[in-house]
Amino acid sequence: MRKVFASAEGILGLLIICLSVLLTVTTDSFASIQNIFDLLNNQSVNIIFAVGLVVVLVAGGIDISFSVAASVVQYVVVTLLISMGGGNWAIGLLLAGATGISLGLINALFIHRFRIVSIIVTIGTFNVFFGLLMYLSRGRSIYTIPDWLYARVSIFSVELERGSATLYLPVLVMVVMVVATWFILSRTGFGRQIYGFGSNPDAARRSGINVALIQGFAYGWLGLCAGIAGLMQAHIVREVVPNALYGRELDILAAVVLGGAVLGGGRGTVLGAVLGVMLLALIQNGLNLLGISPFAFKMIVGAIILCAITATNLDRIFPQTRRSTKGGATDA
Amino acid sequence: MPDYALRAQNVTQKFGAFVALEDVSFDLKVGEVHCLAGENGCGKSTLIKVINGVNTPEPGAQISFYDSASAARVSPTDAKRHGVHVIWQDLALFPDLTVAENITFDSFIKAPFASRDTAAKTDRAAQIITRLGVKLDPHAKLSDLSIAKRQLVAICRVLDANARIIFMDEPTASLTRKETQTLLDIVRKLSADGISIVFVSHRLAEVLDVCERVTVLRDGAFVGSYPTEGMTQKKLSTLMTGLDLNEQPRGTESFGETAIEVRGLSCDAEYEDISFSVRRGEILGLTGLMGSGRTEIALSLFGMTQADEGAILIDGKPVNFRNSRDAIAAGVAYVSEDRLNLGLVQSQSIIKNTASTVLDDLAKPSFYLSPKRLSALCTEWITQLKTKVSDPRLPVSSLSGGNQQRIVLAKWLATNPKVLILDAPTVGVDVGAKAGIFEIVRDLAAKGMAIILISDEASEIHTHADRVLILRGGKIHKDLKPATVSEETLEEMINA
Repeated sequence: MRKVFASAEGILGLLIICLSVLLTVTTDSFASIQNIFDLLNNQSVNIIFAVGLVVVLVAGGIDISFSVAASVVQYVVVTLLISMGGGNWAIGLLLAGATGISLGLINALFIHRFRIVSIIVTIGTFNVFFGLLMYLSRGRSIYTIPDWLYARVSIFSVELERGSATLYLPVLVMVVMVVATWFILSRTGFGRQIYGFGSNPDAARRSGINVALIQGFAYGWLGLCAGIAGLMQAHIVREVVPNALYGRELDILAAVVLGGAVLGGGRGTVLGAVLGVMLLALIQNGLNLLGISPFAFKMIVGAIILCAITATNLDRIFPQTRRSTKGGATDA
Repeated sequence: MPDYALRAQNVTQKFGAFVALEDVSFDLKVGEVHCLAGENGCGKSTLIKVINGVNTPEPGAQISFYDSASAARVSPTDAKRHGVHVIWQDLALFPDLTVAENITFDSFIKAPFASRDTAAKTDRAAQIITRLGVKLDPHAKLSDLSIAKRQLVAICRVLDANARIIFMDEPTASLTRKETQTLLDIVRKLSADGISIVFVSHRLAEVLDVCERVTVLRDGAFVGSYPTEGMTQKKLSTLMTGLDLNEQPRGTESFGETAIEVRGLSCDAEYEDISFSVRRGEILGLTGLMGSGRTEIALSLFGMTQADEGAILIDGKPVNFRNSRDAIAAGVAYVSEDRLNLGLVQSQSIIKNTASTVLDDLAKPSFYLSPKRLSALCTEWITQLKTKVSDPRLPVSSLSGGNQQRIVLAKWLATNPKVLILDAPTVGVDVGAKAGIFEIVRDLAAKGMAIILISDEASEIHTHADRVLILRGGKIHKDLKPATVSEETLEEMINA
């Protein structure tokens, strides 16, 4: 038991449960199926981003270009779909994934081949991607999107007293991406190589790890996730606004770090990333339901992140108060 | 079964005009513990890299393993096939993975798409841990283990890869005496199992203790291979450096006034009732096992921690250090144990490192820091301490360990201290550089500096200290003149 609560995932899970109970008691609408489905539909995009980002963080890198990359993918794919007469969700996902991977591999190329620190590379590509997008699109949004994208693909629906609540395609896609990322990171030898590389790159190199492959996979996978998330976001909001995802990268980064990933690499889990996103979403949802200003949300998120990081660092500052961590597993 | 695990002859390696190895021979018997000795830069690492297949030597080399025919080079596949493994000093382990995952890490590379299979890997790791007869929890995260335990994990890892010839690079550099003994026992055990071990270490005492033979290299040249029986530390140093390092013990130097005095100093859970004084020109040895309180006392003398009781007097005047700045102002300098990380900013220039303690003084009377004054200061100390520096504007990381140590000293000497505290000044420094450092220390004492030398090497204390305090459990256990006892007796007193 103690082991569970000593991990970031355990603490997050506990907080989420407490918060859910609190919100159920204090508000009428929190525990409704409608609200929960809305939460899932809306957070799917963030979770897809987060599981992509956690791979990069575990591999010891960082990427802040992924959310504008997602905007680029959104714009490019929807334009392509329109020009080919609409297409369907399968073609859409395929195009979005491929475009996303290409953008991610551009980052990997600079980071691996030219040995530039990942934050610098992605600040560069962030500006290039966003600048190009705004320049070429002239900042114009696309409102007439293909029918399937506009009508939303429903995957599960329940009848309620007033209307019905529906889970849409993004939720299914999110589940697939979460399971796939979890499987690769936690259940394969390749996943251990990623953790190993993030934990000690020199040792990994000397052990004969294919570093190019690790970097290419990490940034490529985040690109894939970003591309898919971009398309799914268009599916939810039913329009393509070039700067809609601008700034989202920092929220996702905060959520993933809250979930136990560190900027030094080697640590972080898919479960932690998902819980990190969910916790922030719950807080925002709760504040909305309680009618509190959205600015308060930013402030509270900031404070939570500072508290969480301080709590994890207390271990290192006061080692004598540290609990025995013998038997602590590295990941979920 | 062949007698030799490895025979290498005529190994020469050039990098451009630089000759890293010249006509070196090296052989290793099956199950032998063999020391590869020599000063930094003598070619030990290059030889290891030739044997594990990283470097290709010049044509003409003859290298053979066990029964195999001799070849002009070793390919990485050959090295692997014959079970050649190197445990580098930094261990190359993964702090965020578990012990079991570290031990079996190579299987993740061999089979990236196979399932991680935690249970099977844990079993395999546990078997190797048992075989080695050590206590390690396969589930523990590596970052929670001490350096000594990590060392064991590194050994388990090469055993998992079926190592038959293991090179160990400075395996004991950061271990305590007790941990070192455990490690040496394990080395003996592996050798009894028929595994050949090549030991690279600066600590000559343990080299002579555990190895059967020693091969000495100097400046890339082969000096010879000798049985350790009948070899002394002194002889070995002479072979390694080519110099006759005949260090005379301290005699009856005359000392000046008392520079620092400590009266009944106590600090909860660290040390208790410590009293001593050091006069100008005197070298006081402070020794004891790890955790005996030696470093803790030094930190209080330098104002990093505050004692609960007692008094510190500098030049007869009581002082109260709230922090290290107060101590520096009063004339105390402290060269820390982990000098390469705590004492230097590796990426900054030699000039800036040397001047870092006296920036305020250099900038007087205005705020302007004159580059001329900086470099003059640096040149002065480089000459005084005979530091080999090609360009003082280069980063400190470009210097060898012994020369970096001199820069740390220069940095503190620039503050013009009355009392110099040296915490383990020769850890990780090779024999020749050690002698150079003590020459400087004695010279400083002769000029009237009071010196406190913290060390757990009995031979250093015996040769260089005028008086020694042996600490145990935070108290002064013995206070004596080293010259009155033999080095062996002193060693026993420290470790008793």
